[in-house]
Amino acid sequence: MSFIKLTASTLAIAAVSATAAAARDQVQVAGSSTVLPYASIVAEAFGENFDFPTPVVESGGSSSGLKRFCEGVGENTIDVANASRAIKSSEVETCAANGVTDIIQVRIGYDGIVFASQLNGPEYTAFEPADIYNALAAKVVKDGELVDNTYAKWTEFNADLPDAEILGFIPGTKHGTREVFEEKVLVAGCEATGALEALTAANGGDKKAAEKACMEVRTDGKSVDIDGDYTETLARIDSNANAIGVFGLAFYENNTDKLKVATMSGVEPSTETIASGDYPVSRPLYFYIKKAHIGVIPGLKEYAEFFVSDDMAGPDGPLSAYGLVSDPELADTQSMVEEEKTMGSSS
Amino acid sequence: MTDATVQPGAEGRPVKSGSLLEQDARTKRRNAAEARFKFYGMAAVGIGVIFLILLLVSIVRNGVPAFTQTFVTVPIYLPEDKLDKSGVRDPDVMRKVTTFGYAPLLDDALVTKLEDNGIEMPFAKPSKLRDMVSSSAAAQVRDTVLANPDLIGQTVDFKLLASSRVDGYMKGRVTRESLARDKNLDAEHLDIVDQLHELGTLERSFNWAFIFGSDASESRPEQAGLGVSMVGSLFMMIVVLVLSLPIGVAASIYLEEFAPKNRWTDLIEVNISNLAAVPSIVFGILGLAVFIQFAHLPMSAPLVGGLVLTLMTLPTIIISTRASLKAVPPSIRDAALGVGASKMQSVFHHVLPLAMPGILTGTILGLAQALGETAPLLLIGMVGFIASNMPDGVAAGFLSPNSAMPAQIYEWAKRADPAYYERAWGGIIILLVFLMTMNIIAILLRRRFERRW
Repeated sequence: MSFIKLTASTLAIAAVSATAAAARDQVQVAGSSTVLPYASIVAEAFGENFDFPTPVVESGGSSSGLKRFCEGVGENTIDVANASRAIKSSEVETCAANGVTDIIQVRIGYDGIVFASQLNGPEYTAFEPADIYNALAAKVVKDGELVDNTYAKWTEFNADLPDAEILGFIPGTKHGTREVFEEKVLVAGCEATGALEALTAANGGDKKAAEKACMEVRTDGKSVDIDGDYTETLARIDSNANAIGVFGLAFYENNTDKLKVATMSGVEPSTETIASGDYPVSRPLYFYIKKAHIGVIPGLKEYAEFFVSDDMAGPDGPLSAYGLVSDPELADTQSMVEEEKTMGSSS
Repeated sequence: MTDATVQPGAEGRPVKSGSLLEQDARTKRRNAAEARFKFYGMAAVGIGVIFLILLLVSIVRNGVPAFTQTFVTVPIYLPEDKLDKSGVRDPDVMRKVTTFGYAPLLDDALVTKLEDNGIEMPFAKPSKLRDMVSSSAAAQVRDTVLANPDLIGQTVDFKLLASSRVDGYMKGRVTRESLARDKNLDAEHLDIVDQLHELGTLERSFNWAFIFGSDASESRPEQAGLGVSMVGSLFMMIVVLVLSLPIGVAASIYLEEFAPKNRWTDLIEVNISNLAAVPSIVFGILGLAVFIQFAHLPMSAPLVGGLVLTLMTLPTIIISTRASLKAVPPSIRDAALGVGASKMQSVFHHVLPLAMPGILTGTILGLAQALGETAPLLLIGMVGFIASNMPDGVAAGFLSPNSAMPAQIYEWAKRADPAYYERAWGGIIILLVFLMTMNIIAILLRRRFERRW
């Protein structure tokens, strides 16, 4: 009965392999899809120049990366979480509850968020946060009164904008980019249009609730959440001449043959204007390391040090060439990684 | 009622006088309906064929360029004072010079190449020339030098990958207009490219690295290949085959030949049919919860991918195996039992061999389905920048992180550089070739061995 023997041995192999959780010898990274390109460039160069295997970098979004990061300590959890926003205190608590206490926060640089549209579409060349707010928010101020947003064309609230239907593709709520969009564009526009004041009054003076209300986007189909990546936004823009989309600067710079970018508050987005702080919609990018894994997973500290080295993250490095705005305080970050300084420890 | 039989031609009744050769209105209507239905059928088939042709044409048109790549041949001088200060030619010492130390050599080599060929240098900074070649070039030179330290001090010809935009220009994807607002490459670069192309040192040739190479980072799509993820798929298919074939066949033999027909076996049967219809992402979540979080198997490992796909393939194999066992006529079983064989002997000596072609066909089709599956792999960490290390051994092949072909294609389609889009289509061609080969094997097996009664 060779067939039965085969079956038995197969089951045995399966059982053995299921119990032997092999020791891991490469760094495992997951998180933000905005940080993924940078992390993959670093990982590749790291594999080339060091004797460690190339780290594994997965994407999935900042929140899902941090969630996996906080699952616990051990070889079957990730070592590094990439994030396009800072870790939240609720996430730190989850981490602590699962035994992940010493976390090293590393800021790698800045990333700009741009508003772009089809190259041959309407002349969307200059926006103010107020324009975006009026176009996409749920409630706007019209003739001094707070009403539901019914604007259909850009010209209805700003005669300087093109006479075209409003349609915006914005990142979905699982993306870190959404948060920046809400805080730096919607809330700013809310304040500029006077909607914040009206909303504060409507909420009985509660400014926090008013800001939250500012971040609500209209639900009549003129503002579309994109849960996928920028390529999906690009495909939507490709088929909608009137649409504007939210992209990362690096993605836009790789697709200048299809997209044109609009200025925000009169500033053209570029690595220079973001580094100088003139361009308003930018955010820092981070990665988080489990200190408990340093020394256990080979190459983890070297990877982190290599990531923030001048060769990689400096102003002339490959990350900056790809679109990262390098951090003027990179030297501080380097010494912080060197000393393995964790979050919360006094610096 | 004596005159109940009405005379023909009596008032109020039309005469049924038509011949079979002459169509009346009703027959015409029925014939027209039939003709219409035939037309609908042909239209349906035609639409299907048109879509298939459209699909294949667009896949081939978009994907074929990925199989060729632009290379530029550059003689590079390898100075000792930069690459091996100690002068002992010890690779361990020379390893200290990183790819960043090698990059300036490329600049010098490109400047020299332009001078030698009388091409005007349009840039003030020599490092601007480096945008023409892939950023993998420095690593390529470094690897060559470390493998063969005696090259130091000589001028060696290197065949370097051109950068993705130069490659796009050679393939007609990039034009001078589209570069106008591009910060990665300028029109001046293209002038140089044209002249180098005339000289014959910059050429498009078949790119084996696309089929056998590993994944590359976002900044160098020209270097990316499908090879490592192909190996990942291979190891997953081994797991699927080794687990699902014996389990599936054993389960179906028991259910078909031995199990009593009662409420429990009915329940099991219904559930197997239901499992075959469960969306594959569900198996991904199950795999994450059971294999990774509970059993602590390594993440992103082809072993886990294979286990998840096994769950997905099992119902397919069980259903097709049971169908082919059912197709073996009862007379074979009766004859075997009649000459004194035990039930088990009759099954293993007679029924199973006769059902084997059907079982194998079902298994291959199940494997082909598993090979093309992406959704469950998303959840167990097999999508991302993963397929960059070729596994060094069989155990590592099962346990070290890897991707799979469809997951790699999905990942490429997401990336920012348009050159990756082309590679995604090229990957689809390779995947389709695999699937078609498997289906053809299945058909051949069936043709060759299947018996009809």
